[in-house]
Amino acid sequence: MCNANARWRIGIDVGGTNTDGVILDDDDRLVAWTKTPTTVDLVFGIATALRQVLAQIDMRDGVIASVVLGTTQATNAVVERRALDRVGMVRIGAPVSDAVPPLAAWPDDLSHAAIVASTTVAGGCLIDGNRIAQLDRDALKRYFGGLAGTVDAIALSGVFSPMYPDDELAAADIARQALGDIRISMGHQIGQLGLLERENATALNAALGRVGHLIVDGLLSAMDELGLTVPPFIAQNDGTIMDAATAMAFPILTIGSGPSNSLRGAALLSGVDDAIIADVGGTTTDLGVLTDSFGRESTSGSAIGGVSTNFRMPDIISLPYGGGTVIRGDRVGPDSVGHQLRECALVFGGDIATLTDAAVSHNRMSLPGVRPPAAAEFHRALEEFDEAVTDAVAALAVHKRRLPIIAVGGGNTLIPEHLPGLGEVLRVAHADVANAAGAASAMIGATVETVAPMSRRAAVLDDAKNRAVAKAVAAGAHPDHTHPVAVVETALGYVSEPAVRLKIKAAGPIAQRVRV
Amino acid sequence: MSATLTSIGLADLDDYAFGCAAFGTGGGGGVAPSVIATSAALRGYGAVDVVRLEDLDDDALIVPLSSIGAPTVSAEMLGSGAESVRIRDLVEQRAGRKIDAVMASEIGGANGVDPVRWAAELGVALLDADGMGRAFPELPMVSMNVAMVPPGAITVADALGNVGVLEPINPDWAERWTRAVCVASGSSAVMADYVMTAGQARGAVIERTVSGALELGRRVRRADDPVAELVDVLGADRVITGKVSDIQRTTLDGFVRGTITVLGLGSDAGREVTITVQNECLVVRDGATVVATVPDLIGLFDATHGEPVPIESVTFGQRVAVLAWPCDPLWRTERGLQIAGPAAFGLDLDYRPLEASHV
Repeated sequence: MCNANARWRIGIDVGGTNTDGVILDDDDRLVAWTKTPTTVDLVFGIATALRQVLAQIDMRDGVIASVVLGTTQATNAVVERRALDRVGMVRIGAPVSDAVPPLAAWPDDLSHAAIVASTTVAGGCLIDGNRIAQLDRDALKRYFGGLAGTVDAIALSGVFSPMYPDDELAAADIARQALGDIRISMGHQIGQLGLLERENATALNAALGRVGHLIVDGLLSAMDELGLTVPPFIAQNDGTIMDAATAMAFPILTIGSGPSNSLRGAALLSGVDDAIIADVGGTTTDLGVLTDSFGRESTSGSAIGGVSTNFRMPDIISLPYGGGTVIRGDRVGPDSVGHQLRECALVFGGDIATLTDAAVSHNRMSLPGVRPPAAAEFHRALEEFDEAVTDAVAALAVHKRRLPIIAVGGGNTLIPEHLPGLGEVLRVAHADVANAAGAASAMIGATVETVAPMSRRAAVLDDAKNRAVAKAVAAGAHPDHTHPVAVVETALGYVSEPAVRLKIKAAGPIAQRVRV
Repeated sequence: MSATLTSIGLADLDDYAFGCAAFGTGGGGGVAPSVIATSAALRGYGAVDVVRLEDLDDDALIVPLSSIGAPTVSAEMLGSGAESVRIRDLVEQRAGRKIDAVMASEIGGANGVDPVRWAAELGVALLDADGMGRAFPELPMVSMNVAMVPPGAITVADALGNVGVLEPINPDWAERWTRAVCVASGSSAVMADYVMTAGQARGAVIERTVSGALELGRRVRRADDPVAELVDVLGADRVITGKVSDIQRTTLDGFVRGTITVLGLGSDAGREVTITVQNECLVVRDGATVVATVPDLIGLFDATHGEPVPIESVTFGQRVAVLAWPCDPLWRTERGLQIAGPAAFGLDLDYRPLEASHV
């Protein structure tokens, strides 16, 4: 089955309910797969999944070329306000945005969990590059001096810093002089224009330092247990992956990687590039749009743990229905026993009626040796589910084409064979491990953002493309196969010289390397 | 109608901002940054008094205020919080007297929300009126200009602390000079123009728009059927309910231009309407038939929740209700149409009042 020189890629996806693992061969075929309950101990869960997929291949036939992890650890940390680092926040740009202090709109419990202090100092630039004021170095020295011993990380956010990063870089030097080798999160590396959202994302990223290390160390420890010495990669929100160093510096980028992996995995498993993807899990069904084999992104920013950011995430409609959704008379959910489906559901001998029971009783799912339970409310519950899915598909779809629907995830067969008025429902092999397949197949991605006056647009664009490619290659992408994959150009109005904001994404496959 | 509005406090802000966004007809700038800044001000200074024009003496001094600049910049420079004070000080110094109220020059979008913050910072009342009854992209497109009130001296303050007075020869030069100053300040500034007495303002401003925006938000945000409530409160026509099927959108010279196509669903299945946009929604056509044109108001609202949808965030497949409702009669005068009718936007169309298409 495998040639002697196969290069296998492993993908692991740690979800809320299950941890999935797959191995892909050179031709993107699945040669091993597993699904195992997610454990509290991250290392144990990853190692279990790795062990189970490695047991399915003969190591004499090839080598493991890469291991990619997708995880919701960072999302959980922010949502649950735990394992967060203590952050000192600095805005550079007084007085032009003093009307709204930094992090003003944060929920109190999140501020309390993550933010030690915040201040605003003079500095920063206007959109045309003219200085607002000289950077107030003395104020920074005093502020950082006062924080010694009370913070784990510093967040720096300068007005117009994505265009003019100098003051953030200078402030980072001052912070290191005062606080030693401390983690520093800088706005110009994190976000786009939009001060408050960028500031929020920069502070969240600073607070996630420990979680970033936990993710990378967890993966490395699990790999060590199994003797895997290839470089580890972590999935990020745009459907590409990053190296360990990038993941530790920018843990916030892991937020939203789950839906991206599921969309990319569905594309890989089905060979279809344009479709609606329905990912049916234990608690929710997430629907998104696959366009040219990448997930369609939302046009507006997204809120993380009650804080608005300008990260563009996959455009997902999340419905409160999954395989573990509890049915009580006329009520379907929103509570779910997704975690303990195999103990609680009627079909598994438990005493709770779930959507899985309804699906089995109406022949959407078949479980060997299980007698379908019967209940009058099952038909109505499935009708409610079908209606919610139909509405979501209609809301996502563009009218010009009736897109096929690809059902993935552990509960994929909850989606019926036919939904009236919608495109055909495609069944794909291994749909239940689509997320891990998406992670395993992902390319290494890197993004560069810059602003160019129209007169120098072409030169700046070329330079930015080269920098994006170089950044992806530095992260481990193959130099011969890494290319710019997307250029987003936004005109800036009412400025002295017309200008455009350029965002360039480059991506390429993983180059073969050995971890040192 | 509800009881006379006498103040706007923190608890009213989200409702009020909803109304401002609705009157923005897709433009006027996103209200979110202004809501954050205004809530900080209301927390610090307390609720703002709202006064009606008829309750002011003829010689009461009214200061219309607005932000000007690029949306990209306003998301980065949120203001120092001292602009309103600098403008007031200069206006009072030149007038030799205290001001009595501030007014929103433009109720639609962010410029409807910010005057609440400025009134709070200054500790003066907010007039229950504005200069548009909606959003428009240029300074001369205000009711005071229609009523031949001169723009007078223009006071401009930026976030760095610069402040000055311009005395342009006419409304077009007011636009040109103010823009130049604004660009010099990093494309972000606050300005006062058409500073006038209550006597001058009578018949020259569009009244009850602050209370109208608040009431709209209050009712729609609590309604079982938000779109039906919008139709009822605004006296609007429901042009179509459907799905966004095409978006042609370009940004040029700070203006968003293009078309949005909505394909009917449900009882509107089989129909298709096209909306011409230039920052705001300007024209809506049902097939080839013009249903409504500027200065009548045209807006896109979320078909389920009734939230106003800004043009820059319209997405494919989004379910929307397209509503059109009549503008203030002042805009339908000959001079009103000259200033803000279809021709003022370079559209080769005759204005027909929205109601004329009901037959």
